Amino acid sequence: MKTTTLMKGTALAALLSSAAMAPAMAQDSVYFANNAYRTGPFSGSGIPIGDGMRDYITMINERDGGVNGVKIVYEECETGYDTKKSIECYEQAKAKNTIVYSPWSTGATLAAIPRAHVDKIPILSMAYGLSASADGTSFPWVFIPPLTYWDGASLMVKHMAAELGGMDKLKGKKLGLIHLDAPFGKEPIPVLENLAKKYGFELKLYPVAAADMQNQGSLWLSIRRDRPDYLYNQGWGAMNPTAVKEAVKNNFPINKLVGVWWAGGDDDARAGGAEAKGYRSLNFNAAGQNFPVIQDIIKHVVDKGKSTAPKEKVGENLYNRGVYNSMLVVEAMRTAQKITGKKVINAEDMRRGLESLNVDEARLKEIGMANFASPVKITCADHSGHHKAYVAEWDGTKWTQKGDWIEPMKDEVRPLIEANAKDYTEKAGNWPKRTEPCEKSS
Amino acid sequence: MSDIATRPAPSLLASPMVRFGLILVAILLAIAIGVRLDPTNTLYAIFVDPFQQMVQAPDLLAQTVWEGLVSGVLYALIALGFVLIFKASGVFNFAQGIMVVFAALTLVGLYEKGVPAFLAVIITLGVMFALAVTIERVVLRPLVNQPDIILFMATFGITYFLIGFGEALFGGNPKQMIADQLWLPRGAIDLKILGGLVTLQKIDIAAAVIASLMILLLALFFQYTRIGRALRAVADSHKAALSVGISLNQIWVIVWFTAGIVALITGIMWGARSDVSFALEIVALKALPVLILGGFTSIPGAIVGGLIIGIGEKIGEFYWGPLVGGGIESWLAYFIALAFLLFRPQGLFGDKIIERI
Amino acid sequence: MFYREAGQYKSTYASDMAVFPLREDRIGIAVILAVAFVAIPFFGSDFFIASVMIPFLVFSLAAIGLNILTGYTGLISLGTAAFMGVGAYGCYKLTTLFPGVNIIVLILLSGLFSAGIGVLFGLPSLRIKGFYLAVATLAAQFFLQWCFVRVPWLFNYNASGSIEVPQRTLFDIPLTGASASPETRYFVCLGIVVTLTWFASNLVHGKLGRSWMAVRDMDIAAELMGIKLLNAKLMAFAVSSYFAGVAGAMMIFLWYGGGEAADVFSIRLSFNILFMVIIGGLGSLLGSFFGAAFLSILPTALKFGLPALGVPIGGATAEHVTFMLVGALIIIFLIAEPHGLARLWQIGKQKLRTWPFPY
Repeated sequence: MKTTTLMKGTALAALLSSAAMAPAMAQDSVYFANNAYRTGPFSGSGIPIGDGMRDYITMINERDGGVNGVKIVYEECETGYDTKKSIECYEQAKAKNTIVYSPWSTGATLAAIPRAHVDKIPILSMAYGLSASADGTSFPWVFIPPLTYWDGASLMVKHMAAELGGMDKLKGKKLGLIHLDAPFGKEPIPVLENLAKKYGFELKLYPVAAADMQNQGSLWLSIRRDRPDYLYNQGWGAMNPTAVKEAVKNNFPINKLVGVWWAGGDDDARAGGAEAKGYRSLNFNAAGQNFPVIQDIIKHVVDKGKSTAPKEKVGENLYNRGVYNSMLVVEAMRTAQKITGKKVINAEDMRRGLESLNVDEARLKEIGMANFASPVKITCADHSGHHKAYVAEWDGTKWTQKGDWIEPMKDEVRPLIEANAKDYTEKAGNWPKRTEPCEKSS
Repeated sequence: MSDIATRPAPSLLASPMVRFGLILVAILLAIAIGVRLDPTNTLYAIFVDPFQQMVQAPDLLAQTVWEGLVSGVLYALIALGFVLIFKASGVFNFAQGIMVVFAALTLVGLYEKGVPAFLAVIITLGVMFALAVTIERVVLRPLVNQPDIILFMATFGITYFLIGFGEALFGGNPKQMIADQLWLPRGAIDLKILGGLVTLQKIDIAAAVIASLMILLLALFFQYTRIGRALRAVADSHKAALSVGISLNQIWVIVWFTAGIVALITGIMWGARSDVSFALEIVALKALPVLILGGFTSIPGAIVGGLIIGIGEKIGEFYWGPLVGGGIESWLAYFIALAFLLFRPQGLFGDKIIERI
Repeated sequence: MFYREAGQYKSTYASDMAVFPLREDRIGIAVILAVAFVAIPFFGSDFFIASVMIPFLVFSLAAIGLNILTGYTGLISLGTAAFMGVGAYGCYKLTTLFPGVNIIVLILLSGLFSAGIGVLFGLPSLRIKGFYLAVATLAAQFFLQWCFVRVPWLFNYNASGSIEVPQRTLFDIPLTGASASPETRYFVCLGIVVTLTWFASNLVHGKLGRSWMAVRDMDIAAELMGIKLLNAKLMAFAVSSYFAGVAGAMMIFLWYGGGEAADVFSIRLSFNILFMVIIGGLGSLLGSFFGAAFLSILPTALKFGLPALGVPIGGATAEHVTFMLVGALIIIFLIAEPHGLARLWQIGKQKLRTWPFPY
């Protein structure tokens, strides 16, 4: 009996270790592990993102035969938005020598940041995760382009001021923040508090517990009582459609409700029905199919039946955001190949590539993304770039651009980032000093 | 062999009424003194200000109570599913939450496949019936006569299975409830009363009406039909029921099917309020305090419990929540239930627990 | 044939009351410990140690804690995760206040905080029983989880709102933080779990354990026999929460290495640990290990094992299949043996005793 259990144990051990072993890689391919959550309460947002990311990589492999002839082996690791599973996925990605780790949840990012600095795996947390990690001097292995939640909060204030007619008009106004009662949801609070003090508007907080995501009745009653002039929604998953529905129900002017970019899913807005027309969200990528890159994806991937996304979902906002994230990976890989002169790059090369990433207007045009996103440039010290975003509006069927690309208040955000990065590394005790040299180009 | 009530109460304060009254008086006195001596206005903010708000803006109070009422009815509806199964088979059905999601997803999924709305409802009912039969055959029958906790565990197995099965069939992305197609009303009625505006959502009214009808029908069903009587017999004693020729297996199928119907209605109502996704499963957890407060075996208990919790937590969150930064709704319900339980350990309407040695 | 007690005579009371009266059992335990301490760290891959063994150990400890409360004392708790959280935050506060004190000591101390909180929320158990007691522990679960998010003092006012695990060392070997190797963390976990299991085993076999079991079987009868219910029940809550607290501290410090702790210690974790206890076997320490292995290793093994075996499924489908398989296996195991895996193990041992001549 003992021996059989022992054997079972070893068999299981062998099985699990072989599962984590690197796959037999062809000479000219690199491995890219992406966390996805196509299951669980947040899958509504996770599915279009996962589809977009996979389809862009597939398109690069199909159309161009990879990046400079190097195919990307893309593999999804299912997390269900659960930190425990994300950590498993990280360990697996590490064992399989991924070139970059893409955590896709704030919890997973926070758990991965210390590990990545020891294991030397770059983390690409696109506009989510730890805002302080935009400080490249303290966090050489974490990248958070094109902007952070703190930038988002400052954009919200700017948008509010623009609609009211100037920064001085903010005085005496009320801004409400509906947020998920978790670290992700509480991210914008410090910036909003600073700005509220500076411009003299009042900040009201409306937390939503994760268990009450679809049960926001009393929260909206408080909103009715407080009558905030604007609402900023830092929500995710099932919380967003419920918030939109409740806003409609409670006669809150829907165009005064602005979501963070993650509250800008098509399903989120669609839930409110016709009355949700006018719902807004910050955005840093364009929605729709009218871009050469999306057309290429349809031609090379979707029409050939290689995508799991139905054709009408291609071009939705979150789908395009997945495409954008994969574009960053591919462009960083291309940069890394250029810097190192190697074709098959590893994680350390990829970090250099990400740090020198510079996708300008011309390059965006080349890859079929003109007007799709603003140019992205990452430098040695600034791992985010604090790039422009715009306010998108739901027109009842799709997201449209409303207003210009606006610049976040970098001068407000940057000192906060540096202070917090310092705080983080000091508290960690013995945080590895940055030894990676900066690239000449950046 | 003597009956002993749950715990012998302290002799001096034998009657719970007396104790309750004394505690109430003590609290009021303490508040009255405290408010007078309070330097930072904390006590004022806790004990006086909320009530002033209630009086000053009665329309908001009415709105809060209405919201509480509606969510209370909806909680009661979920709790009803638990109670039905607990009564008849002694199973604490952890899977009720996922059954809600599964029923709603089946309905919406069928509609998306082109089935007309009302036909989809009928087919979904068929699916729920098939589910009830399967659960009875595969899970309950082999586990007959096992301790409660084992059956509870088995329903967890069902939950896991249904999560995987449901997502594999319908995908995980949220879907919109086909409220219009089911002739559920939309829009709101604005009442200009109490010096302000009270908005009643038509869907909420519909939910309250349908839930009440449902509860009434179930009560009649339990009271006056043959099967209903058999159900109550099973609830009282499995062995005695068996000895008079009631088929346990048949009863279980009926009960689980009824719970399935309740799940479908719950799913439609919650789905119409937000949307249909696996996150709805979490809402079902809200039924736990309702259930515990009302007593596991009582249908009126589920209703009264639902209303107390619904109204209590809305008022608590609305008037006292801001004092601590809001979001207290997530735990307030449990404390309300706990406060009631300290006076009635078997729940408001639960069967009195009699322990013998 | 190999597992037989013939010829082993007990000549003292002490040997009669030993936890492992049979020589074969003692050899078995020695082999298991040898495998755990030597074979696994030397032959297991990093992934196996970090993603399979450490979670298994953490969950085992939490399950033992809950088993003391639910299996031995008969009090249901749905607040285990919150008590684990108290341990984790307690440890975080301690290590930032006393950075010089060894982290292992602090992990063990942090359990005391959750023991205190556990006693507080255990008070209603004197009046409320059965499933109704669940409400008290649920109140603890949701209230404490709310505190984890809302009281910034608990996470040292970190902007990320999460526990950021600092590096702590013993003889210059990092035990926590990112540079701690999986093997080191595994050894620390294993050491704590083995020690505390030994402690728990002595507790449940001693006077306190017997009074717990008397309370479980019928508390009024136990009271009439002279067992103080107040002491027994609150002790059960204290010990159980202590174990949970240590497990929680281990979870954040040795396994997760930081993160959104409020999100980690959710009601789902509470349910999961309760189910580990039930499926492993109520009132059995060994069962806690089986239950933890079943519900923590099995999903991981299916998720990463099936693709390795060449079953061509991936991503979401694999997750769905995993869910369905785990659900089905739970039901199958319950039908096969409702008293948990521990009972299956006993039956197996009994069969082995008489093998190969059962008659």
